[in-house]
Amino acid sequence: MSRPFLDDDILYKVEKPARYIGNEPNMCIKDPDKVDIRFALCFPDVYEIGMSNIGIQILYEMFNRREDTYCERVFSPWTDLDRIMRERNIPLFTLESQTKVKDCDFLGISLGFEMCYTNILQILDLSQIPIYAKERNEDDPIVIGGGTCAYNPEPIADFFDMFYIGEGEVSYNALLDIYKTCVSREEFLRKAAEVPGIYVPSLYEVEYNEDGTLSAFTPKFHDVPAKVERQICLNPDDYGFIEKPIVPFIKVTQDRVVLEIMRGCTRGCRFCQAGFIYRPLREHSTEYLKDFAVKMLDMTGCEEISLSSLSSSDYSKIEELLDYLIEYTKEKKVNISLPSLRIDAFSLDVMNKVQDVKKSSLTFAPEAGTQRLRDVINKGITEEDILSGSFEAFKGGWNKVKLYFMLGLPTETSDDRKGIGNLCEAIAENYYTIPKEDRVGKVSVSASASFFVPKPFTPFQWAGMYTQEEYKERAYEVKDHIKTLLNQKVIRFQFHDADVSVLEGVFARGDRKLSKLIETAYRKGAMYDAWSDYFKPEVWNEAFAETGLDPEFYNRQRSLDELLPWDFIDIGVTKDFLKHEWNNAMNGNVTPNCRQKCSGCGAGRFGTGVCRE
Amino acid sequence: MKLRVKFAKTGNMKFIGHLDIMRYFQKAMRRADIPIKYSEGFSPHQIMSFAAPLGIGLESTGEYFDMALCDDVTDPDLKSYKDRLNGCMCPGMEILDLKVLDEHAVKAMAAVGQADYEVEGCVVTPEMADRIHQHRYMNIMKRTKSDDFREVDLTQFIYDFVVDGDVVRMRISQGSNENIKPETVLNAIGIFGNGQRNLPENVRITRTEIRDAEGKSLIYEGV
Repeated sequence: MSRPFLDDDILYKVEKPARYIGNEPNMCIKDPDKVDIRFALCFPDVYEIGMSNIGIQILYEMFNRREDTYCERVFSPWTDLDRIMRERNIPLFTLESQTKVKDCDFLGISLGFEMCYTNILQILDLSQIPIYAKERNEDDPIVIGGGTCAYNPEPIADFFDMFYIGEGEVSYNALLDIYKTCVSREEFLRKAAEVPGIYVPSLYEVEYNEDGTLSAFTPKFHDVPAKVERQICLNPDDYGFIEKPIVPFIKVTQDRVVLEIMRGCTRGCRFCQAGFIYRPLREHSTEYLKDFAVKMLDMTGCEEISLSSLSSSDYSKIEELLDYLIEYTKEKKVNISLPSLRIDAFSLDVMNKVQDVKKSSLTFAPEAGTQRLRDVINKGITEEDILSGSFEAFKGGWNKVKLYFMLGLPTETSDDRKGIGNLCEAIAENYYTIPKEDRVGKVSVSASASFFVPKPFTPFQWAGMYTQEEYKERAYEVKDHIKTLLNQKVIRFQFHDADVSVLEGVFARGDRKLSKLIETAYRKGAMYDAWSDYFKPEVWNEAFAETGLDPEFYNRQRSLDELLPWDFIDIGVTKDFLKHEWNNAMNGNVTPNCRQKCSGCGAGRFGTGVCRE
Repeated sequence: MKLRVKFAKTGNMKFIGHLDIMRYFQKAMRRADIPIKYSEGFSPHQIMSFAAPLGIGLESTGEYFDMALCDDVTDPDLKSYKDRLNGCMCPGMEILDLKVLDEHAVKAMAAVGQADYEVEGCVVTPEMADRIHQHRYMNIMKRTKSDDFREVDLTQFIYDFVVDGDVVRMRISQGSNENIKPETVLNAIGIFGNGQRNLPENVRITRTEIRDAEGKSLIYEGV
């Protein structure tokens, strides 16, 4: 058992010392002195959040399968420990061997969401690694980023030596093999740029127009690719999954075994980045899934298993898989959690089998209040689907419905916003058409709205955002309208923080000029921005003022001809297709899903998954 | 059929709180494939109950919980259970003993009457030890159920107190009747001068055994 890096007196002072001691069941134990490569794998948020991330678990096992590599975990120290570490100049350490991150060869940071950017600086700073890549020397680890935000890495490009764009299972072995042959940092960065999917920011020249938009993005050398290709697992079954998930001592956000059943999505909802960057839809075979479900439950002893994908109802063998899992879990007294299932007779039947009598709520994601707007965003769910689905559920004993919406979608009008309340009202009224004796308690409809943030590689990547005040006005319009409805007492409406959404928008479609903004905000104390209790809007406002940057520049509607900071990445889906979809949206045209009809998005060139069906 | 399990919780595990230890064992039971019985009803849970919670910061070589086995188990292979569970333990946790409980045995939690503690790293002078041995007036304030305070003579709850070099061993009252913490005893004899509640650096407290009101170790209770 490795002695904790932190002294007892510090561990007693902080909340949940278990976050920092490692040694959990299934933790990988290797001798750091007997491997060639030490890889510190980081999720830049607190332990409980990082340990719930499935990407970290997959990469952890993948790296540790290499005999020459020891992959260890690092997470953001909570604010209490952060303060102590700065006071006493204690460097950041890994959980497995309880040794300094600075002594590792690589520091890999998972980029799950934009609001973690200041935590990236916290990780670098506490590790005593220079936050700007250009200031690092031969002793510093190679800092590499991957994950969803790597699809527009420009706002944080100055902090990273490289990014891995795409699915992690594919190119890391090649990258690490090359690393072992290189003698210097510079040599490795040059060679790494030739590995498909690797983007080395320092090897590109960025030029701007007078108005601040990008004018050019050029490789500095001929052997550096002009376009970086997103990496994709052509057949997911060929790659390992998670066999021995680490079992945390404390309760983490996802306190269950997560089984990823497929990647990608066929639906083509125009706001959804994941749906486009993971195309085409690729399924795991049921044999693979059954095998891993059993392995993971046996190795952890977890009481719950959850299926993960963008749209689980679309898994072609969902019935077979669920039948197997229901039987297996019943025998083992394990719960099944089924997020993102389309609500219909089949799923209600399944949910009856897996849930206990205190039925939780039924979730729908209409995203928009009217069919017109749902067609614009290509969300193929109709009012009829929602009403008949909830009706079936009410008959079956459910009485709680949860609805997800977005405000600020392109072409949204007052009618669309009122549609949110009207839809909730229709559901409530539907409940009362059930005979009194069959109803179970009072109905409750809760609607939650986030503010739409345009993301790269979606048809809406050109859309404009609004100001904080405008978002709040829209939210209040919905709230006030609900108050006028007959069943307003059973309808609850809540919405997200507009200021965070505005900042998220800046980062989502930002450029390299933003690194100065992030550093400035960080030095002023911004950290844990994804946590509403810790988000400091005044710090960010000051940072914008000091750097002379304007959030409205980044959140404006973009011209279709503009060179976008992420255009250098090729994800398969073509820019022309996205433009075509943008025009479809403006005309309210619906695009069928991949299984109904191929729309020629460009992902077909991979020749795999649903494109082959 | 019911079993009583004795386990050790040492080293890094002292940072893990009681509730998390319970959840840890629930998962370990599954990993080791022990035929533990589940409750009936809509949210079945494992039938497992702990004798006495151990505060964060303390280690132990004498912790206990009772568990029920599935109805169809008539001849449990205790050695196999112990080996399998120990195969699933992490550094610092160890299953020390398992015994089948007599049908009429008192539940672990109800049986607890005393506990033994070992304290290292404190300097206890003969004068301090005398205060206890001579039952000199040593009152402390204890919180009552109605959130009030009452004065209690601590020495009546200290059954043994031995200073052996730089190790102090004590046997004190534990359980639902009167639960005393070792830190309270040390505080009362003047170890932590300023009344601080956290253990000072380098002090190590280990619970070495839990006993019933007569002083018999719980592993022998009703067995």
